[in-house]
Amino acid sequence: MPLPYSEIVMEHFRNPRNVGRMDDPDAKAVEGSPACGDMVAVYLKVDPETQVITDIKFESYGCASNIATGSIITELAKGKTLEEAKKITWEEASRALGGLPPLKTHCAVLAVDGLHAAIENYEERHGLVKERQPTTVEFVRKRLKHVMNPVVGLDIVRTKLVKEIEVQDGVVRVVLDLPPDHQFAPVMKEDIEEKLGHRWDVRQVIVEFAG
Amino acid sequence: MYENLVYLDNAAATRLDERVLEAMRPYFFDVYAVATSQFGYSIGLDAREALDNARIRIAAALGANPDEFIFTSDDTESSNLAIKGVALALGEKKGRHIVTTPIEDFPVLHTARALERQGFRATYVRVDETGRVDLDHLRESITPETILVSVQTANQEIGTLQDIRAIAEICREKGVLFHTDATHAFTRVPLDVREIPVDLVTVSAHTIHGPRGIGGLYIRKGTPIKKILDGGFQEFDLRPGVENIPGAVGFARAVELVTPEETARLQRMRDRLLERLLNEVPHTRLNGHPVHRLPHNANVSFRFVEGESLLLHLDMRGFAVSTGSACFSRSLEASHVILGIGGDHERAHGSVRFTFGRYNKEEDVDRVVEAVADIVRELRRISPLGKE
Repeated sequence: MPLPYSEIVMEHFRNPRNVGRMDDPDAKAVEGSPACGDMVAVYLKVDPETQVITDIKFESYGCASNIATGSIITELAKGKTLEEAKKITWEEASRALGGLPPLKTHCAVLAVDGLHAAIENYEERHGLVKERQPTTVEFVRKRLKHVMNPVVGLDIVRTKLVKEIEVQDGVVRVVLDLPPDHQFAPVMKEDIEEKLGHRWDVRQVIVEFAG
Repeated sequence: MYENLVYLDNAAATRLDERVLEAMRPYFFDVYAVATSQFGYSIGLDAREALDNARIRIAAALGANPDEFIFTSDDTESSNLAIKGVALALGEKKGRHIVTTPIEDFPVLHTARALERQGFRATYVRVDETGRVDLDHLRESITPETILVSVQTANQEIGTLQDIRAIAEICREKGVLFHTDATHAFTRVPLDVREIPVDLVTVSAHTIHGPRGIGGLYIRKGTPIKKILDGGFQEFDLRPGVENIPGAVGFARAVELVTPEETARLQRMRDRLLERLLNEVPHTRLNGHPVHRLPHNANVSFRFVEGESLLLHLDMRGFAVSTGSACFSRSLEASHVILGIGGDHERAHGSVRFTFGRYNKEEDVDRVVEAVADIVRELRRISPLGKE
């Protein structure tokens, strides 16, 4: 029986494109964490006039699909404007790879998140952010769609692990439907804190487990 | 098809030894009958003799009497029977508490959890960072309601050997039955039930170049146990079902083919692998105990590297190994053994198990070391971790 990876995935895994650290990038972002088992860093060089991504590099700590999705998003984004690159979705990345096994879709999500976060980082650094978005319950929910439930490889919103979200005076409280001693409880807590802790209007992130 | 493969996952399954197949062959094509009672037809009597003979030989390897050893389908069934069988016999009479460890293999761990769902209580005794059981905690965990202690002889992933004698003596002193899963230790590590007061021992043929689908359970005479499958009266009325006579014969032959000399050879290969990996590849650590470990097991974590990627690269170069990474497992859960000995997810993700067997060659050791070193270097080059 062949591996559940397409030929394209294996090709990118064996010979990842645009891999490595970029010296002096115009923007960069890191998504995931070693605890999750998947991590991707994205570095950008952008033409300030045209806002075209002239160079892009990635680094990956993760499985074959993590490396392959990191590689493919660099190919998809290179030569595109920031606005065009923002529209790249994980579905597109997955399609370009000839499909991913369902358990591994989170890898594509992670890589695309890395790209989008790097673009955001560029906009923040270069004063391109029009107005600062306040952290609302809706914003938090959107962000939590990028936190994986490692048991099934889908996000915690879609798998209905998020019981409650509360935002008040810069304190974000998230309640998860998971026992506190669950194998992945510390990992998810860390991931959620990472996704929201750096926000300009967030003082504290509290993650509670009520499963 | 795989003649050039360097197979280093012998803890998962082993290549069958041709001599085992030869011993089994007549019981597929010639003496193919069931084992009949002593009043049966000749072919059935011959089958009966083969089964009894296989039982005598395997029991002898454990220092047991033949009527203390029954055949099962494998270690999963043996451990289920040992634990659930004792629970059925003693749950009402004595109590509903069992003691085990958090690093047992799934046949024991998940059987304990199944009993918990039925209202039993289970205590998982502490293990140290090498995986050895905290004997004081074990002693404290045993209560008047405890009916069984189940502690593996050797760990399936990190190879750590438990002090089975000390554990058995604690159980004996407390008057509690003791079961050990010896799937990975049997024949490679001495285990004699005349010297160690253990009551139940799980063994299997698939780890020693025997056939798949045959295992066994040693049950000390007088141990209270009930069968968990209903059917005929086979295996001393403890394990119903048509006897797997070719399997039993193959298992007995496989047991006899393991020699101390061979085990020493596997250990030399393992020692060389570990010595080179730990000295030549930076940021590596041994998982498990440096001394009290299976002679044919090595388990190493490589920092900043994820195991599934390492495994796939090794596979492309003709080496088969196993990893405790979540990405590799069917459940996407990281190794419960590495987490159980206090390791973090990163250490589990970067852990690789190498287990040696009869068909590994000395010259393969250096080849695998060089391949691992090369792949780890390449994966670290593309990793965002470990560069500052």
